[in-house]
Amino acid sequence: MSQLLDIAFLSGLIGATMRMATPIIFATLGEILVERAGVLNLGIEGTMLMGAMTGFLVTFSSGSLWLGVLAAAAVGMLLGLLMAFLAVHLGLSQHVSGLGITLFATGLAMFIYRLHFGSPTVPPIIHPFHQISLPLLSSIPLIGPGLFTQYSLTYYAWLLIPALSILLYKTNIGLKIRTVGENPVVADTVGVNVLLTRTLCLVVGGALMGVGGAFLTLAHQNMFLIDVVSGRGWVAIAMVIFGNWDPLKGAFGALIFGFLDGLQLRLQGLGIAVSFHIFLMIPYLLTIVALISVSRKASIPAGLLKPYRREEKGG
Amino acid sequence: MIRIRIIKRKPLPAWAKIVIPIAAIVATLILSAIPILLAGGDLWKSYFYLFYGALGTRFNLLETFVKASPLLLTGLAVAFAFRAKFWNIGAEGQLLAGALIATVLGVHMGNLPRPIVLPLIIVAGFLAGGIWAAIPGILKTKLKVDDVVSTLLLNYVMWHIMGALLFGPLQQPGSSWPRSAAIVNAARYPILLPRSRFHMGILIAFFAVFVIWFINNKTTFGYRSKAVGVNIRAAQFGGINTTSVIVWTALVSGGLAGLAGVGELCAIQYRLIMDISPGYGYTGIVIAMLGNLHPVGVLFSAIFFSVIIVGAQTMSRMTGVPTYIAEVIQGMALMVMLIFLLFMEYRLKVMKK
Repeated sequence: MSQLLDIAFLSGLIGATMRMATPIIFATLGEILVERAGVLNLGIEGTMLMGAMTGFLVTFSSGSLWLGVLAAAAVGMLLGLLMAFLAVHLGLSQHVSGLGITLFATGLAMFIYRLHFGSPTVPPIIHPFHQISLPLLSSIPLIGPGLFTQYSLTYYAWLLIPALSILLYKTNIGLKIRTVGENPVVADTVGVNVLLTRTLCLVVGGALMGVGGAFLTLAHQNMFLIDVVSGRGWVAIAMVIFGNWDPLKGAFGALIFGFLDGLQLRLQGLGIAVSFHIFLMIPYLLTIVALISVSRKASIPAGLLKPYRREEKGG
Repeated sequence: MIRIRIIKRKPLPAWAKIVIPIAAIVATLILSAIPILLAGGDLWKSYFYLFYGALGTRFNLLETFVKASPLLLTGLAVAFAFRAKFWNIGAEGQLLAGALIATVLGVHMGNLPRPIVLPLIIVAGFLAGGIWAAIPGILKTKLKVDDVVSTLLLNYVMWHIMGALLFGPLQQPGSSWPRSAAIVNAARYPILLPRSRFHMGILIAFFAVFVIWFINNKTTFGYRSKAVGVNIRAAQFGGINTTSVIVWTALVSGGLAGLAGVGELCAIQYRLIMDISPGYGYTGIVIAMLGNLHPVGVLFSAIFFSVIIVGAQTMSRMTGVPTYIAEVIQGMALMVMLIFLLFMEYRLKVMKK
């Protein structure tokens, strides 16, 4: 047991927590932006997988990691645009459109991967991102090495948390987004273009989801496996609710998930036989509990799930 | 400036309900040409082998039925729930629950004869799936928890429960893989046609189509379930106990998905593995939508999907187009069907400003 209190273990656990939380933070922030504008994007799981695949493929072909990240963002934007076409412009059921996109994007990601690489016995690999130690900060005793020796994408994820908070709560654009999500009729009346706002949020949110996926194949691992995302998109959906549609709280939820995921990895590494499945179940159960308490509060964007058509204002 | 608006149209005649899904399938098949061509496949050869691979030989035709049976059950499960506007995205987890309980019983049944073991497993599998669906049903009605998200999350909870058990008490002795011991012979579905995998579960699935049709059209419960789906407030004012209707609807829905899990375990795998289902529960959603939530529609769309999945294997072998084309086609089918359904209710109007 003394190993558990070991400084190296603790530092490793902090580092793993931050790493495992990174894709969830990207995806959660993307989903918060989208849901704040009144759209539930269940295409997130498929978007992340497409991002993971595209990022890997582009990096593999070009040798440039950042080009891979950009490509993942671009493909996320395209899928966001598709979601906007179905759920915002045609006003189809957000649930079913999103699931459709996840199914489609999941199939497409595996299809394109197979097309490009065939079925090799050893999966192709890339040279992944290196972790960067921030000067001074990373030499803080105990927590420094874990917190501040990370991939650059992780640092960006952390910068995005306050950035999205400021955007949503302190800027005019954020006010418009929130109004569109809360009450599209009012937004329309005061001259905010509801459909355009929702479309843009889906596009930007999709980019974040794509980058979250790319983190998995360009930093966390150095290859693309078909189960690389394995439900992390749904975890993000859960964290949005858990975090009450707030970037800060959502990121906190992502950290909890990262912690549990990191802990089970570390414990496995020590050869301690805890079933990691039990650990990984916890975030889902926590979210269901959070759902119960959320349903009693009014924090959910009031316009969520409702397609907006001018002609049907009254209905 | 020309603007295009989407406005409500007059109700279409009844035949449109049949024509539109068929049109959606045709449109999907046409759209499938894009990924086929991208993969460098010869278009006509690909289409030919897609259908030949699913229907062309006795064995392949029977395999198409084998594949259709879980799809039919999950499709019915989703359709029955959606009809009452219980958004059950959780057929995947309910399927796993059914397979899990069938494993527990199937491994430990000892020497009991098949006529006792099989009915027991089927009932237990139905109940396991049903209860796993009734939980979000109760959460929805009693605590106002969004059913889409709760059913979705419970899929992963069940997957992890299965994982914990397969690395723990259910793990095959001596194995380091997450898999259970094989179930006893008495727990296996009989194979009905020689030199094939055509098993009893297929008949169960087809029988379920009839049962759901019967419930929907001939029973008070079916009527109430639909009333709740059309307008829950009105149903309430009309004296229907909507809570009980939703929970029972969830139970039946989950039960059907549970049966799909029993079938995969007792007729195909004979032991529980982590990837016992390649996402049948999610495909069930597409099948239910494509079948317009009607049991007979679900029957046809399940067979269509089964043709695509089975046929894609042969097509891939003969033309080099990856088998994942089947998943791409499924996703496209759902979106195309959604758009077609929209235009059953709405039409485009071009307005000049």
